[in-house]
Amino acid sequence: MELKDKLVSSFMAFENNVDVENPVHDIRTEAIKNFETKGFPTKKEEAWKYTSLNSLRKIDFSIFPKTENTIEYNDVKQYFLHEIDTYKIVFVDGIYSSYLSETTHDGVDICLMSSALTKDMYKPVIDVYFNKVASKEESLTTLNTAFSREGAYIYIPKNKMPKKPIEILHFATGNEASLMLQPRNLIIVEENAEVQIIERHQSLTSNNVLTNAVTEIFAADNAIVDIYKLQNDTAGASLIDNTYIDQKNKSVVKVHTFSFGGKLTRNNLNFYQNGEYIDSIMKGVTILGEKQHVDHHTLVHHIEPNCESHQDYKGIYGESSTGVFNGKIIVDKIAQKTNAFQQNNNILISDKATINTKPQLEIFADDVKCSHGCTIGQLDEDALFYLQSRGIPLKEARALLMYAFANNVLESVRIPELKSRINALIANKLGVSLGFDL
Amino acid sequence: MAYTEEELKKELETKEYEYGFYTDIESDTFPKGLNEDIVRAISKKKNEPQWMTDWRLDAFRVWEKMEEPEWANVNYEKPDFQAISYYSAPKAADPNKTLDDVDPDLLEMYRKLGISVDEQKKLQNVAVDIVVDSVSVATTFKKTLAEKGIIFMPISEAIQEHPELVKKYMGTVVPKTDNFYAALNSAVFTDGSFCYIPKGVKCPMELSTYFRINEGGTGQFERTLVIADESSYVSYLEGCTAPSRDENQLHAAVVELIALDDAEIKYSTVQNWFPGNAEGKGGVYNFVTKRGICEKNSKISWTQVETGSAVTWKYPSCILKGDNSIGEFYSIAVTNNYQQADTGTKMIHLGKNTKSTIISKGISAGKSQNSYRGLVQVGSRAENARNFSQCDSLLMGNECGAHTFPYIEAKNKSAMIEHEATTSKIGEDQIFYCNQRGIDTEKAIALIVNGFSKEVLNKLPMEFAVEAQKLLEISLEGSVG
Repeated sequence: MELKDKLVSSFMAFENNVDVENPVHDIRTEAIKNFETKGFPTKKEEAWKYTSLNSLRKIDFSIFPKTENTIEYNDVKQYFLHEIDTYKIVFVDGIYSSYLSETTHDGVDICLMSSALTKDMYKPVIDVYFNKVASKEESLTTLNTAFSREGAYIYIPKNKMPKKPIEILHFATGNEASLMLQPRNLIIVEENAEVQIIERHQSLTSNNVLTNAVTEIFAADNAIVDIYKLQNDTAGASLIDNTYIDQKNKSVVKVHTFSFGGKLTRNNLNFYQNGEYIDSIMKGVTILGEKQHVDHHTLVHHIEPNCESHQDYKGIYGESSTGVFNGKIIVDKIAQKTNAFQQNNNILISDKATINTKPQLEIFADDVKCSHGCTIGQLDEDALFYLQSRGIPLKEARALLMYAFANNVLESVRIPELKSRINALIANKLGVSLGFDL
Repeated sequence: MAYTEEELKKELETKEYEYGFYTDIESDTFPKGLNEDIVRAISKKKNEPQWMTDWRLDAFRVWEKMEEPEWANVNYEKPDFQAISYYSAPKAADPNKTLDDVDPDLLEMYRKLGISVDEQKKLQNVAVDIVVDSVSVATTFKKTLAEKGIIFMPISEAIQEHPELVKKYMGTVVPKTDNFYAALNSAVFTDGSFCYIPKGVKCPMELSTYFRINEGGTGQFERTLVIADESSYVSYLEGCTAPSRDENQLHAAVVELIALDDAEIKYSTVQNWFPGNAEGKGGVYNFVTKRGICEKNSKISWTQVETGSAVTWKYPSCILKGDNSIGEFYSIAVTNNYQQADTGTKMIHLGKNTKSTIISKGISAGKSQNSYRGLVQVGSRAENARNFSQCDSLLMGNECGAHTFPYIEAKNKSAMIEHEATTSKIGEDQIFYCNQRGIDTEKAIALIVNGFSKEVLNKLPMEFAVEAQKLLEISLEGSVG
């Protein structure tokens, strides 16, 4: 059976397990209708021109994990940022693992979507925020909405900041041959509040996993939000990560995306600037090999005047990997004095690697500064020679240059332990040990 | 300052199309509508051989099954293809006549347009193959060209006189099934230019064709085929103005360039068709397919200045097939009032050591929308391909839009690709600086726009550069608020 049909027919079974009296029920029903009409996106659609989901659609994914699986902390310790203390929201095969998690209700709410969706005390918040910024048209987002039940729920009230960063981890045990996960996260950061979140999807075997995640983020006036997405999954894992961000006056939202692995990764990052003096920052490092495919789609919609956006994506593509970058900036008529910058630099290090990039501007206001730049090139032969002539072997010299290439993305990571973790991941990916951090 | 900004705006809005007049020439026009019989009739009218008729019919049958493309960033009322007359020829047309025999009405029209055929002959050393409503009426300098072995004639004559060349090359760069408008053109094209430069010949003068649309309600379907044989060189000019008409006119041309080994083709266009009035009514639809193919060590250079048409949909492209071949694209697109332009280029790198340069300048004013859409593609065997693209947009007023859609696809690790784009407006301080020195706002703007466009204007042949500069001024006069 086609995955689409399977999902649509499973919706009934899913409904039996959740409260149909809940107002979210109507949102879900509406969403599955949209997905049923639209189905999975195909390459004929402009937004999916370079990324095909055909191979995934043929896999017989199980949609509801049959049993609750447990894993030992020591087996997965390496995936946590264990050097520092963090709040943790951990899911194993889509089901919350209280044993591995550390949540809180002390001043801030760092807990579960399932309780937020069902408990009365959260109802006012859910009514205001749930499914408000996420697209009601995009088929994969509505698919997630239809099956939204579990995920992370983070609420930071006015003038608060959690004591430590928050980690959201999704493990797939591989007990099922093929598993589809649809986590739904809601992050609300109120006025003058601040939060740091690290997100990771990790499969523990090379079995097929398809994750279709949706995260909604609301940043109120003066809020500061830092999101770090670590994508270094196994060869069987595919991830479609949809993030929708609603920003109000003077808020600053930064999203760092580090893509080093997985079979197919698609990042849809959408920023809506509903206020003035907003800053939206997107940074990414992509280092790929084998037959990996990563597709970064960003959208920044400048709706109000006096806002800024900065995008900086670096990519290094080896072996038979494919990279896609599609950055879209829309500046509305009234959004005067907008500054929007976009930069996408790529290095191809293999003859079989492919890069497709499309930095796109749609501008309706005249008093703006918008620019985009995009390059595809190689490592500088002269620089390599210089390093070699000073006794640095070719492999290390190459790695050094690639580090330097990726560095201005790395240097804005504000958690030092996370930075050295990413450094290690890059070194590992490049197959060298430099013996120092950047 | 002599004008206030408001006054300037008003003046521009009320400025009627400079070349907006209509000359009444008795036309030999086909009934409206399109079917196989019409295609056959066009072919018969042109006295074409059977293979040409079959070729047209093939294209027509494919076209019938195609759908109009929707992807371009433009909005317009779709033309009704059954409400267009597909053939219209001025009665006086006869290619063998001397200038004296040409319909005086026509000559009067050229005089109004400021193009005197004989004056051009003498002063500008340009051979002009004038096309009025699809049939060539006067061809000059044919003899001089013939001495060099250069063939420059209407394509309808080329089909009769040089069928082997036409048969060999037509449709090889833009296949008749390429896209909706190319297929339509292949089925119903009535005339156009054919140019062949033999081996090793450097064409001694700029070849030029002035296209004009005259009869109301007739679409114009031009077909141009330029073949530069090994080691030859040609510079080709194409310029356009059209009478002001109230209903939308469709123009779907196809231009094919073939540069064989070591050849060079320079193709320049100045396009100033009726863009519609200040309310966005009327105006020409310009849906053009232009493409060139480069063999070894050859070079194709497209230069265009687009100031007219209500809707433009145009992507002059280069297929860099041969090793060491070079493709260039220089463009200025100016949109004002309700004009919409979706234009750009495609550079397809297939051969080794191929190079391409793209410089695109978009200027939007009034309520217009200006889009750059480009593709740079490097195939897996295109070692050391090099591309540089620059797309700059200038916005005037807060009701217009500038859009950029660059597609970059690299499949070879030795590729070097750079793309840059900026969007900005004319700085208040720049204008203030000029005002301070006694230059009024309007002149200051012309100065700044000229500076902005210089990189492209410099690439135009002399005769065109002057005209283009004038056009830019006319199109933008007082458009800054």
